[in-house]
Amino acid sequence: MPATDAANDDVLIELRGVSKRFGTLTVLDGLDLTLQRGQTTVVIGESGTGKSVLLKHLVVLLRPDSGEVYFHGRRVDHLSEDQLVEVRKRFGFLFQMGALFDSMTVGENVAFPIVQHARPDDRQLEETVAQKLRMVGLDGLQSRSPGQISGGQRKRVALARAIALNPEVVLYDEPTTGLDPVRADVINELILKLKRELRVTGIVVTHDMTSAYKVADRIVMLDKGRIIADGPPEWYKTSNDPRVRRFVDGHANPEDLAALDD
Amino acid sequence: MASGPAANLSVLFAGTRRNIDKFGEFCIFSWESCIGSLREIAHPRFWRLLMPQMFEVGYRSLPVILITGAFVGMVLAVQAIEQFRAVGLEERMGAVVNISVVRELGPVLAGIMLAGRVGGALTAELGTMKVTEQIDALRSMGVDPIRYLVAPRVVACFLLTPILTLYANLTGSIGGWFISVVQRGVDSGPYWEFTQLAVDNFDLLSGVLKAFFFGAALGLISCFKGFYCRPGAEGVGRACTEAFVTSFMAILALDYFLAEALQTISIRIYGFRTFL
Ligand SMILES: Nc1ncnc2c1ncn2[C@@H]1O[C@H](COP(=O)(O)OP(=O)(O)O)[C@@H](O)[C@H]1O
Ligand SMILES: [Mg+2]
Repeated sequence: MPATDAANDDVLIELRGVSKRFGTLTVLDGLDLTLQRGQTTVVIGESGTGKSVLLKHLVVLLRPDSGEVYFHGRRVDHLSEDQLVEVRKRFGFLFQMGALFDSMTVGENVAFPIVQHARPDDRQLEETVAQKLRMVGLDGLQSRSPGQISGGQRKRVALARAIALNPEVVLYDEPTTGLDPVRADVINELILKLKRELRVTGIVVTHDMTSAYKVADRIVMLDKGRIIADGPPEWYKTSNDPRVRRFVDGHANPEDLAALDD
Repeated sequence: MASGPAANLSVLFAGTRRNIDKFGEFCIFSWESCIGSLREIAHPRFWRLLMPQMFEVGYRSLPVILITGAFVGMVLAVQAIEQFRAVGLEERMGAVVNISVVRELGPVLAGIMLAGRVGGALTAELGTMKVTEQIDALRSMGVDPIRYLVAPRVVACFLLTPILTLYANLTGSIGGWFISVVQRGVDSGPYWEFTQLAVDNFDLLSGVLKAFFFGAALGLISCFKGFYCRPGAEGVGRACTEAFVTSFMAILALDYFLAEALQTISIRIYGFRTFL
């Protein structure tokens, strides 16, 4: 498998031998991963292989059982929650289900991280919130509650909230799942725009190969807690690895098909 | 292969260990919540979070507490009055009803009503936030969920359970008075004179002191159960049930230990006092 293009070689995030177990279930199994600044890395893999768990390790929402996590060359996985605040402010996290605060309106959700970490005046805050919502195509919905908007809209509000503090790194957990193809493409464009204009480093977990090919500088494939493929998008179009082909082309595993005939 | 008694024992040990682990987690959680509350309490932003919780815990619970208190006082009087009348001591009804309400029934019932009404709601709210990753979202934005979510809720329970206890005491004694004096014709003057002789400030304060403990316990237990809730709607439901049962038991157990301690102190200070 080809090594990733190492031209832009400043490392932003590094995982070394990260393992994570929940009870008897091993989710990450000695994972090594290096993420370059300014690149968009796409993580693909079947459901339940630990992609979301991997993202949570990057901001230390979960702590590894063994192994280390580095951000800007500094070890972060053993920092206290208080010490992690400065690190986490530089990340934006789009959760798989959005994780909007349902006791707040859409506008308050987007304003939340700003209000927590800065003291903007009201006009300025309103303007920033509107601008972030405009980026996801939802300006004007500020006073709705998260219960009153559709699943796809919730996800886009969550994305607006994730980028509210102009983070250096954005972690996108399935940003296009549940969106119609047109909206999905708007999100792809947004990911590209953030990278182009603000040099945002992106880590995108997705099942959507169209989106992966569009936004990725590099694609990493995860299976059973290990990285089984790592390369630029073009490589995936031509790879002969059966596991990669099956996922990329969307074919069922022969064993799973055999089970249907029982 | 373990079998028979050996297998049973190992299951028992595993169960015990899990509970001890849980209790350890609860102690750490409580410690962090207390530290978090103390560090936050001077900030105006904390008061902005606290006020809505106070409204929910205090104002919204008031009707239930008033009604429960009144019925408890009334029931107590109904049960006791015939016995007292039979030995010609019905004028002392006030002493017995009021001391029971102020020392025990007011704080315990206020605590239990709050464990049901507020505790259930707290567990459900925090449990849902946990299950839908809202708590992770807070952490990912550099906001400490203990200080942001738990501290205002626990502080509201801690501060308001004693105040609600006073309301329960009030309606409880009115209920007892209504049955004894208004309905069953006990003489009002001696009824209150004997009450005054029996019920000391110490009794009132010991009830209120207990209520502080009950409030802290039910707030911490309910938040803890929500915070460590298992995934899914089922997890939230189960956490609510567990929170109520655990709070209930904790309140009664604390009540026992506090009653022992306060009794000892009372005897130290005042010597033995009789109600009758
Ligand atoms: N907090 C947790 N406690 C226990 N098990 C978990 C937890 N988070 C994830 N898991 C388990 O880890 C596995 C991987 O989950 P996840 O990372 O969400 O998968 P996906 O690749 O679909 O995002 C799943 O089997 C899930 O049940
Ligand atoms: Mg996932």
